[in-house]
Amino acid sequence: MGLRRSGKSSIQKVVFHKMSPNETLFLESTNKICREDVSNSSFVNFQIWDFPGQIDFFDPTFDYEMIFRGTGALIFVIDSQDDYMEALARLHLTVTRAYKVNPDINFEIFIHKVDGLSDDHKIETQRDIHQRANDDLADAGLEKIHLSFYLTSIYDHSIFEAFSKVVQKLILQLPTLENLLNIFISNSGIEKAFLFDVVSKIYIATDSTPVDMQTYELCCDMIDVVIDISCIYGLKEDGAGTPYDKESTAIIKLNNTTVLYLKEVTKFLALVCFVREECFERKGLIDYNFHCFRKAIHEVFEVRMKVVRSRKHQNQMQKNKRATPNGTPRAPL
Amino acid sequence: RWPPWLPPPFAALRQFSPFRLQSPDRRGRRGLGGCSRDRLRQPSPESREPGAQGVSWGLHPKEEGPRRAAGSGKAETSGPSGGIGSVCAPSSAPRTPRWVRTGRDPPRPAALAQPPLGRDAAWGAEQGPPVPPRGRPRRRRAQSQRWVMPSTAMKKKVLLMGKSGSGKTSMRSIIFANYIARDTRRLGATIDVEHSHVRFLGNLVLNLWDCGGQDTFMENYFTSQRDNIFRNVEVLIYVFDVESRELEKDMHYYQSCLEAILQNSPDAKIFCLVHKMDLVQEDQRDLIFKEREEDLRRLSRPLECACFRTSIWDETLYKAWSSIVYQLIPNVQQLETNLRNFAQIIEADEVLLFERATFLVISHYQCKEQRDIHRFEKISNIIKQFKLSCSKLAASFQSMEVRNSNFAAFIDIFTSNTYVMVVMSDPSIPSAATLINIRNARKHFEKLERVDGPKHSLLMR
Repeated sequence: MGLRRSGKSSIQKVVFHKMSPNETLFLESTNKICREDVSNSSFVNFQIWDFPGQIDFFDPTFDYEMIFRGTGALIFVIDSQDDYMEALARLHLTVTRAYKVNPDINFEIFIHKVDGLSDDHKIETQRDIHQRANDDLADAGLEKIHLSFYLTSIYDHSIFEAFSKVVQKLILQLPTLENLLNIFISNSGIEKAFLFDVVSKIYIATDSTPVDMQTYELCCDMIDVVIDISCIYGLKEDGAGTPYDKESTAIIKLNNTTVLYLKEVTKFLALVCFVREECFERKGLIDYNFHCFRKAIHEVFEVRMKVVRSRKHQNQMQKNKRATPNGTPRAPL
Repeated sequence: RWPPWLPPPFAALRQFSPFRLQSPDRRGRRGLGGCSRDRLRQPSPESREPGAQGVSWGLHPKEEGPRRAAGSGKAETSGPSGGIGSVCAPSSAPRTPRWVRTGRDPPRPAALAQPPLGRDAAWGAEQGPPVPPRGRPRRRRAQSQRWVMPSTAMKKKVLLMGKSGSGKTSMRSIIFANYIARDTRRLGATIDVEHSHVRFLGNLVLNLWDCGGQDTFMENYFTSQRDNIFRNVEVLIYVFDVESRELEKDMHYYQSCLEAILQNSPDAKIFCLVHKMDLVQEDQRDLIFKEREEDLRRLSRPLECACFRTSIWDETLYKAWSSIVYQLIPNVQQLETNLRNFAQIIEADEVLLFERATFLVISHYQCKEQRDIHRFEKISNIIKQFKLSCSKLAASFQSMEVRNSNFAAFIDIFTSNTYVMVVMSDPSIPSAATLINIRNARKHFEKLERVDGPKHSLLMR
C-alpha cells in the first residue's frame, strides 16, 4: 500500500516479473486492487495485493477486514523524493485500522526511490520518518506496534534485500533452515551460502556469517547469467522443458581464488555458495554433503505442506459451519 | 611571445597534424604553460598518417549530460571560441615536444601482451597507462602515453561518423570501454576527432576515429581535413539517429562522406547503423528500419553498404559491431575451419569464439540448427554484464560452467585474446573431459594468432 505514484506496482514488477527498472516508467497507474498469486513460480507462495493509491478506507465497498485478516505483512511504500507528510498520515490511518483487525501483521515501511538521494540525506530521511511515525503511534496510544523501515530503490539491489528480509520474517521454518545451512557450510569448507528464490532473487535463508551487499549482488547476477544461458541453450528441441530444472548446476571461477557454486535445491530454490579454490578441489565431498542437505530441506518442506494442507482443511470445515460475513467474493476483484 | 630558441610553432607542428591546430578550445588559449586540458591536445608525430599511432584521448564524462529519455537530444554546445579555421596558439608545453627533435621511437612500454586487470580492466581493450588513483578513472593524461605497436601489428582505420548526438561515442564506450548503457548519459559532445586504439585479437589494432558530429566539425572534415581523415579507411561506420528531424541534412552529410571515401579509399566497407531504435514503438521498428535501409542502399550506389538497426539498451548493438569486426579479421576462414575440426573432435553442439575484452563473437561453428538466431549477441551482452558486475568486487571471472538436464555450456579463457564457449547437448559427458580438450586445443589456436610463423591447422599436426 502507499500513496499514488509511490512505486508499488514498479516494485512488484521488478521483483517478481523480472522487469527492467527502466521499463517501469511506462507502467500505467493501477486503478483497481490487483491480487497476484505468485505461488506457482516462486517459493514465496503469498498473495500480493497491489492497491491503487487512491483507496479510501471509508468507502463501504472496500472490505478491508477480509483483506487484512489473512495478511502476514503489510508493506507501505513512501516516496522519499516527495513530501511525505501526507504519506505519514495515511500510514498512521492504515496501521491503526489494520492492527485492530489483525494484531499479528508485520508492518514494513519501504522508504522508496532513494537512488536520487545522497547518503546523508538518506539517513536523515529515514530517521525523520521513523521518528514521526512512532510519535504518531505513541500519540494514539499504540506503542506496541513495531514498524520496520527499509531504504529501497528499484535501480539497485536494495529492493531485493528489503524484500528478502520481509519474506524471511514470515517463514516459520527459518531457524531450521539457518541451522541446516550452518551445519552444511561448516562441514564443507564453504565461506558463505544463500538459499535463493530463483525467480525473484530474494534470499530465503543464509548462514550466520554477516551478509555483505556486494556478495549478495554478485549472487543475483550469477543467477541471472545462469537462467539466461539456460533459456538459450537449455530447452529441448521442441521448446519443452524449463530452463531451471532438477539438475541445474553452475560453477563460476573468479580470478581471486573464489568459486561461486550454484545448485538446485527445489523447484523454486537454489543454493548459491562461495567457496575458496583450495576447498573446491574436494568437490566430491561438497556434493555429498549437499545431497544430504537437499534431502533435509525436502523433509522440512514436506512437513510444511502437511501443516498447510491440514490448516486448509480445518478452515474449510469451519467455513461450512458459519455463513460468510457479507458474501464478498474470494476471487480476485 | 614565442621564445626565439624554439622552432617556429606552426611550421613545426603543422606538418604533424594540421587539423589539430585548429581544434577549438572553448576556454581560449592561455599561453604556453597551458592547463592540463591543453596538454591533452598535444599532437602526435605520426597522426597525419592514417593508421598511425595516435594518442588515446579517452572520453570526457561530464557530470550532467543531457537526458536521453527527455527526447530533447543533445544540446548543441556553444561553438568553439576561436572557430574552426582560426589558428590558435600551439598548445605545446614550454619545451618542444620530444618527437620533434629526435627521430627515435619512444621507448617501448614494459608489458604489451596481456591487458592489465583490475582498474585498468575497466578500460577493456583500450590499452593505456595506469590511471591516476583518483575518483575519476576515466580521464587520461597524454604525456605518458607513448607506446609503440609492434611493427607486425595490422592497423586498420575505422571511421565513426554521424550527426551530433546520434550516439557514436556512447556506442564506442559500451563496446570498447566497458560502460553500461546508463553511464553513457554522462558523456558530453565529442570535440573534433577522438582517436582510440583498440588492441583486438593480439595483432589487430583498430584505429577508431570518433568524429564529432556538430556542423562546424562536419564542414571541416569535408574541406580542410578531407585527405587526412578519409585516406586509407578500412571501414566507415555511419550512424543515423532514427528520431532525427533533419533527414535531408543527414543524407547530405552521408553523401559527402561517401564521395570523400570514393575518392580516397574506394575499397572501404560501409556500414550504416540506424541507432536509437528503442525510441520507436516496437511494432513499427521493422517497418521503419526497412524504409531507411532501402533509402540508404539507394543513396549509396555504386558503393555497397550494410545496414543494421541498433540500440544501446539491448543486444542489437553487439550484433552490429560483431559483424563489423568480423569483416576486419584477416584469417577468419582459417579460424572457422579450425573451430569446426575442434568441435567435431569433442562432439560439441556449438563452439563460439569471443574476443576477450569486448566479447564480440569472432567466429562460430554449429552442427545443427539452434532455435534462437539472436543468441550470439545475447550471450555477448549477458557475459559482458556479468563481467562488469564482477569488476565491482575487483575480480574478473575466469571460467564458467552451466549445466542443466539438457545441456552443458563451458566458457573459458582460450588464447591470450579470446574466450571460447563450448555447448554440449549430451550432459553425460563429464565436464573434466571437455575441459581437458579445451586446454589441449589452446596451443593450436595460439599458433593461429601469431602473425609471423606458418599457419598450422589441426590436421597438419
